[in-house]
Amino acid sequence: MTARRFDAMVIGGGLVGSAIAWGLRREGLSVALLDEGDAAYRASRGNFGLVWVQSKGLGAPWYQRWTRQSAESWAELANDLAKQTGQSLGLSQPGGLHLCLSDREMNERAERLEQMKREAGNYGFEYRMLDAREAREMLPGLGPAVVGASFTPYDGHVSPLALLRSLHHSFTALGGVYLPNVKITGIATAPRNFLLDTNLGTIQAERAVLAAGLGNATLASHFGLKAPVRPQRGQVLVTERTRAALPMPTTTIRQTGEGSIMLGDSVEEVGFDTRQTQPVMAEIAHRAALCFPWIGKLNVVRAWSALRVMSPDGLPIYDQSETLPGAYTANCHSGVTLAAAHGKLLAPMIARGALDPFLTPFSAERF
Amino acid sequence: MFRTRPDHRPETVQVFVEGRALMVPEGSSAAAAILISGLSSIRETAVSGSPRLPWCMMGVCFDCLAEIDGVANRQACMVQVAVGMRIARQHGAREVPR
Repeated sequence: MTARRFDAMVIGGGLVGSAIAWGLRREGLSVALLDEGDAAYRASRGNFGLVWVQSKGLGAPWYQRWTRQSAESWAELANDLAKQTGQSLGLSQPGGLHLCLSDREMNERAERLEQMKREAGNYGFEYRMLDAREAREMLPGLGPAVVGASFTPYDGHVSPLALLRSLHHSFTALGGVYLPNVKITGIATAPRNFLLDTNLGTIQAERAVLAAGLGNATLASHFGLKAPVRPQRGQVLVTERTRAALPMPTTTIRQTGEGSIMLGDSVEEVGFDTRQTQPVMAEIAHRAALCFPWIGKLNVVRAWSALRVMSPDGLPIYDQSETLPGAYTANCHSGVTLAAAHGKLLAPMIARGALDPFLTPFSAERF
Repeated sequence: MFRTRPDHRPETVQVFVEGRALMVPEGSSAAAAILISGLSSIRETAVSGSPRLPWCMMGVCFDCLAEIDGVANRQACMVQVAVGMRIARQHGAREVPR
């Protein structure tokens, strides 16, 4: 059987892979996007949906800047996609708050953001620490337990499911080839020549981008790459829909365009266990009700857990293979926030044939 | 459109659907009471305002959302009627309880 040939194959049809495949297609490359199917862990179906800047990149200004660049490109990404699909992503970037429930949390937060501003250098980093009264003016309904908050103007949120669907839709409309339910049965590699045997036939491409989330950990070595990612569980609760009540998101609470309140941001190291647990759900609900007492009176209608794709230091990994030029890997736990960077900045680099030097600190060689 | 089966549950209780008194079989769900009342809809959806009546009758579809005894957004099919219960229309998304 003859191979189907492409300029690039992207392995992984979640948010990271879809954004890169979309960007490569926009650069004029022929692209195959290979998606495993629902046997995969599907982090992109469990996302919280923040486009978030203010907590990211402490001690790693290159990550702070990458995140900011993505947030600043997000409106353009949303416009590009909406023009093609006719579907709104519900993007809103009014800035965001991180709520503090004790003086200690407030002090730690102030130190963290002061350090981030220092590290941003002449790139700049706008933020404000708000006392309880100021925070209440920005977010009516805050409870007495909230002692203050930090604010940055860069933050926002979006519907992650609409994003995923729009990327797939737009990629296909641009002429990209989306291949779902792919099982890879064989991998043959040479510089700028990658051959995959799959249940859908043989696929050949000059470039291979590994964006398979947790699957990258085992895929990478076949391409002369390393992707030391591990699962980190997060749990999410969703309430019934209400009238518009939250004009901006917080780190752990946001109201969707349709009116649901999402509560989340738990962190657990439990391997590939995707179950939900009562103590964590109770803690998420308890903290949300401390922040906004009225949330405690709402019904929770859905809840789920998902596995973040986490590197040893929590930062993304972007790499290009030394031994097999043409092979790249992209790994991160912020597929929503970084979607604009992946589609509009990273993909053009891969199309040109090399990652820009400012991405070098993201190489897996740092581990 | 819907009629009760008195042969199965002869005892009835009085409830109020949108203010109108109604006798329904004891043990019925509030959603059954809504259907018996003949109303053409009990809620408008939160996003598009589309009118809805109870549908799945088993707690899955959320189309029977109603304000029951003053509590918004209750799944009427999961609530058993009680004497004097007040079942009212759910207008779109609920107000936030402050």
